[in-house]
Amino acid sequence: MSSDVKRLSLILLFSPFALWIVLLILLPHIGMVALSLREKVAPRVYEFGFGNYIDFINEPIYWNTLLRTGSMSLLVTALALLIGFPVAYYIAKIAGKRSRGALFLMCLIPLWVSDLIRAFGWILLLRETGVISSFLIWTGMTDHGIEFLYNDVTVIIGLVYTVILFMIVPLVSTLDGMGDDMIEAGYNLGGNSLTVLRRIIIPYAMPGIVAGCIVVFMLTAGSYLTPILLGGKNSSWFTEQIYDQFITRFNWESGAAFGFLLLAFTSFVVWLGLRLSGQSLTNTVART
Amino acid sequence: MKPYVLIVGLVASTALTPAAGFAETLRLLTWGSYAPEELIQKFEEKYPDINVEVTFSNNEEMIAKLRATGGAGFDLAQPSHDRIYAAQLEYDIYKPLDLSQINTDVMSPVHLDAVKTNTTIDGAVYAVPHQWGTSGLMANMTEAPDVAGWDDLCDPAYAGKTSMRLKRTILLGTAFAMGEDPFAMYSDLDQYQDLLDRVAETLITCKENIKAYWQGGDDLSAMMLSGEIVASETWDSTAYKLYDQNSDIVFIPPETGALTWIDTFAIPAKGKADDAAYKWINFVLEPENITIMSGSTGAIAAVQGGADLLPADKKAAVNASFTQEDIDNLKFFANIPPGVEDMEGKTLEKIKAATGG
Repeated sequence: MSSDVKRLSLILLFSPFALWIVLLILLPHIGMVALSLREKVAPRVYEFGFGNYIDFINEPIYWNTLLRTGSMSLLVTALALLIGFPVAYYIAKIAGKRSRGALFLMCLIPLWVSDLIRAFGWILLLRETGVISSFLIWTGMTDHGIEFLYNDVTVIIGLVYTVILFMIVPLVSTLDGMGDDMIEAGYNLGGNSLTVLRRIIIPYAMPGIVAGCIVVFMLTAGSYLTPILLGGKNSSWFTEQIYDQFITRFNWESGAAFGFLLLAFTSFVVWLGLRLSGQSLTNTVART
Repeated sequence: MKPYVLIVGLVASTALTPAAGFAETLRLLTWGSYAPEELIQKFEEKYPDINVEVTFSNNEEMIAKLRATGGAGFDLAQPSHDRIYAAQLEYDIYKPLDLSQINTDVMSPVHLDAVKTNTTIDGAVYAVPHQWGTSGLMANMTEAPDVAGWDDLCDPAYAGKTSMRLKRTILLGTAFAMGEDPFAMYSDLDQYQDLLDRVAETLITCKENIKAYWQGGDDLSAMMLSGEIVASETWDSTAYKLYDQNSDIVFIPPETGALTWIDTFAIPAKGKADDAAYKWINFVLEPENITIMSGSTGAIAAVQGGADLLPADKKAAVNASFTQEDIDNLKFFANIPPGVEDMEGKTLEKIKAATGG
């Protein structure tokens, strides 16, 4: 009897997860793969084939955009780590018990506002007649407005701002578990700040770093609003290509192929990153 | 037994929900500003059993939405007249109209005939006209008085101070400015591709001159009113609205002819409230409602004497822009044959991806 109850509770606990994975992740992706393997030969007539993938390889615009998206996402990830690590370290180790919660909350607050509104906030600040440009004119540093929008630097700033929280949260939670005695021991044994950071803190925080980097990289490569709104005429982001295929060109088949290629590409980069840093998913992400 | 009862109960309650209000819902898929709140209220007062739900969209998204469901989810759509034929052939998303239910007598014959010829498939008509307008240029007369043709957007005199929407309109406009007739080439796609390549080259060189590509009427208005740009490709309706706020900003029909679009009424293939849809069509064609509608959209109703039904301020804006000569020079968007959309899409991608200034 009791083993039946156990089994039933296991099934009940597992089923939401299984339903979620199968209905919302697996099935749509299978549908996408099937769609991406259809070639249009005439109106309402389709054939099985790899034409959409071959088109991607033959058209430099497409894979250049994908590579550009990938490399800019890596840059954003690195910047988010560089900026996020000190913040996380301060919250977890240096700040007092009471201020810690408040600081963490302050990091969370921007997330309460939607992506779209935050992107428009940046536009109001950075546009030629915007706050910063008007301020510079007012102080007399320049006579005419300066356009800060519509370039890669702005896109990267906007993206780092959007995703940095996802770097800070896992870092804080790993660093939180590290005892102060380990750091003290490091200094007692004659290490300087740099050695302590390199030999003790970073290895300990590695699971958080890897988890944060994966989340941030995936979010950045798959983001749509920020690069489009802040990048303007020069934003070539791969998600925009996917949107264009689906909406502007009514070409769902190649849109699906692009979507799948983006998934494969980002997965490959994550795998490569884990390989090069000698980490694995089980001893990093699973541990945080 | 228990779960059984529960399921029966659930089914019964779901089945009852729509009946409870006795209201029919008209789900309208249309352009921003094409369903002013004032008109919706008036319509719901006239037909208390109909409830209007509005989704704002644009040509491409309307077709994508209808295609996703095979024409379900909406009861009345308003794509432009050149977006009916190919979309219907490819995806079967509209249903033929019952013209006897529509008050076609009030429509202006030119537009009605143009839409009918463009949207008749196997003898069935799929759309009737609603509002028409043009795509052309607008400029701030104090700062860019010499803007006259599509290619003036690429004039270095206005470097960093012009804008355009990266959609097919600018491809066609640029082709006309180069002295070609793109619509005539629709019959020979190789020739058309060659033209598109030349257009792309021009627009890529022009990219340096452009501040940003606008996406919708709102961001275009913001850039124009703040003075960040002084000239742009535009819909005439957007320019008329800006003329209200700053009479230096006028619509300029390009010297090669403004491109004319007609937004239509079409009923999605799986629409569930055809009666309500016909009622809405006839309702917005009533003269006093046309004035409200045109006040909101800035476009001219495709009815006889439509221009006279414009609100006074819009009429002033139209008169400031169009001479009789400009009107005689209007170019109607030709039907898009299958395949062309794809060629143009690829050209637009090429321009977007090119690294300009």
